[in-house]
Amino acid sequence: MLRRNRTLRASAGLTALAAVSALTLTACGAGAQGGSGGGTKVGLITKTDTNPFFVKMKEGAERAAKENGVELVSAAGKFDGDNAGQVTAIENMVNSGVKGILITPNDSKAIVPALEKARAKGVLVIALDSPTQPQDATDALFATDNVKAGELIGRYAKAAMAGRQAKIATLDLAPGVAVGAQRHQGFLKGFGIAEGDPSVVCMQDTGGDQAKGQTAMENCLQKAPDVNVVYTINEPAALGAHTALKAKGLDKKVLVVSVDGGCTGTKAVKEGKIAATSQQYPLQMASRGVKAVADFAKGGTKASGYTDTGVTLITDAAQPGVEAEDTAYGLEKCWG
Amino acid sequence: MTATTLPYDQLKGPSTVRRLLATPTTGPLVALLLACVFFSLTTDQFLSGGNFSLIVQQVMVVGTLAIGQTLIILTAGIDLSCGAVMAFGSIVIAKTAAEGGLPPLVAIALGLAVCAGFGLVNGLLVQLIPLPPFIVTLGMLNVAFALTHIYSAEQTVTDLPGPLTALGETFPLGNTDITYGSLVTIALFLLFAYALSGTAWGRHVYALGNSPEAARLNGIRTSRLTVGLYTLAGLVYGIAALLLISRTGVGDPQAGQTDNLDSITAVVLGGTSLFGGRGAVLGTFIGVLIVGVFRNGLQLMGVASIYQTLITGVLVILAVTVDQISRRKAR
Repeated sequence: MLRRNRTLRASAGLTALAAVSALTLTACGAGAQGGSGGGTKVGLITKTDTNPFFVKMKEGAERAAKENGVELVSAAGKFDGDNAGQVTAIENMVNSGVKGILITPNDSKAIVPALEKARAKGVLVIALDSPTQPQDATDALFATDNVKAGELIGRYAKAAMAGRQAKIATLDLAPGVAVGAQRHQGFLKGFGIAEGDPSVVCMQDTGGDQAKGQTAMENCLQKAPDVNVVYTINEPAALGAHTALKAKGLDKKVLVVSVDGGCTGTKAVKEGKIAATSQQYPLQMASRGVKAVADFAKGGTKASGYTDTGVTLITDAAQPGVEAEDTAYGLEKCWG
Repeated sequence: MTATTLPYDQLKGPSTVRRLLATPTTGPLVALLLACVFFSLTTDQFLSGGNFSLIVQQVMVVGTLAIGQTLIILTAGIDLSCGAVMAFGSIVIAKTAAEGGLPPLVAIALGLAVCAGFGLVNGLLVQLIPLPPFIVTLGMLNVAFALTHIYSAEQTVTDLPGPLTALGETFPLGNTDITYGSLVTIALFLLFAYALSGTAWGRHVYALGNSPEAARLNGIRTSRLTVGLYTLAGLVYGIAALLLISRTGVGDPQAGQTDNLDSITAVVLGGTSLFGGRGAVLGTFIGVLIVGVFRNGLQLMGVASIYQTLITGVLVILAVTVDQISRRKAR
């Protein structure tokens, strides 16, 4: 009896201890952030906080925040497509008095009501990387022109094939995601073929994931062993495809093109695993977004409309008539 | 002292302190209060009616799921399918109302029925074959997830009729806006707290969780009780589906992917034992608030969200440790 009481008291004590240690952790975390407080706050909400693209975007935003003398608070969804997590982050940021919110929407439609509420409270809302649907649900958009990114590698692939009969595999993102659809359509346009053209022999979704990219390529090779052009949604998918091609001894015979321009991907272009990639600039999106909010806070005008943050074709085997930079340039400008 | 006693009967004597210490909810409550004090001291915006209303609004979906999860965990089961079942229910409600032309209330009733149906199938498989709840609900997680994506064709359903999002509307209380959905969640917690602590059905649930065999020998219809509990949990997930729609204003096929683990987290943080028969639904409410308070407070402080995940992980392990120690000593 006595012993049991002591135990129960100890267990309540333990739980309290748990809370204290958690709060200590919090304090450490807060210290690591080093928020300055007082001044203008800018919120950044990325799709996830584990994808290197968004990690880089956050770095760009932090640097720009220092330069502009504002404080950056950041949050992210828990997984790719997590709308509820982003809604929660918007509410908390509006409550903490941010002047503006920069967001890469996980769900371009579902996020709109939450953004409308934030704008109604006078918060400047800017979409980064991909637009909301409708696009005017945000004040402004800083993003890559994904159709153009696809078009560049499409034109490159067409030129590199030099009139040979193309057998194309497209390793796409996922149904219903705008970024994936835009790059895919851009690629077809650049290659000069329409959706449903017989030269596209295999279409698979990869979720932009390396392992799934490999599986997709393996399946495509089962279906159509004579594939000679592979379009990939991003470099992880491209590297997965390369592994599958190499296993069949086809990596030197098949042209792989991609989009992103991350440092790992750009190195893969240099090593010849990927023939060409359309490089985009997430740091630009973030730093321009932060600057727009800082200007707005200083009593300036609200940013509006769409700003193209640019895209460059990176390859070491340039084709006539397709403007490109080499991998030395690409590695200098790459992210991640 | 046998293992079949209820937590409140374990201590004789009138001492309120003893009774409090014996209640699994006390520790979590202390943790919640400490967290609130901490964030009140470190941020200007934390301590306000508006912010507390916001926290409740942010936890209402996972909180409602966690009510169903508590019912299952009290019987020493676990439900991995709750988030996926909710997502499917929300797509059924949104699509049939916005695109299928069903009257909103009929669409809602259909969604609730579909979710309860999932629960019924879970319960029948667990009880009649019988299969381990972990495996059954893992399978059902995949089934519901796939059906959600097939039926929605990966498209978010927008332009919903008003009644579907009515629970997302707010009403003023003093200078604070309260969301109707928050009240639904709080009412559900109170209802189940009463049902579990104040009715014969509730005592049967605890008895079943402590020892199914002893419960059966005492004349409790354990089969019927188990299947009923899973079905009821499914119905609660249906209510969560409606709250989810009202919160986001759309039907989102991507929703709820981590909510199964988040609901289990809330139940465990609230002092309910994964071994069954010990815990309380109000503890789960405290558990879900702990997660909500940390997320909100850290975001107000400007701390990266990954720290919230870290802290939640530490708290869960500690909570289970506390449960194990107090159990071992109580034998």
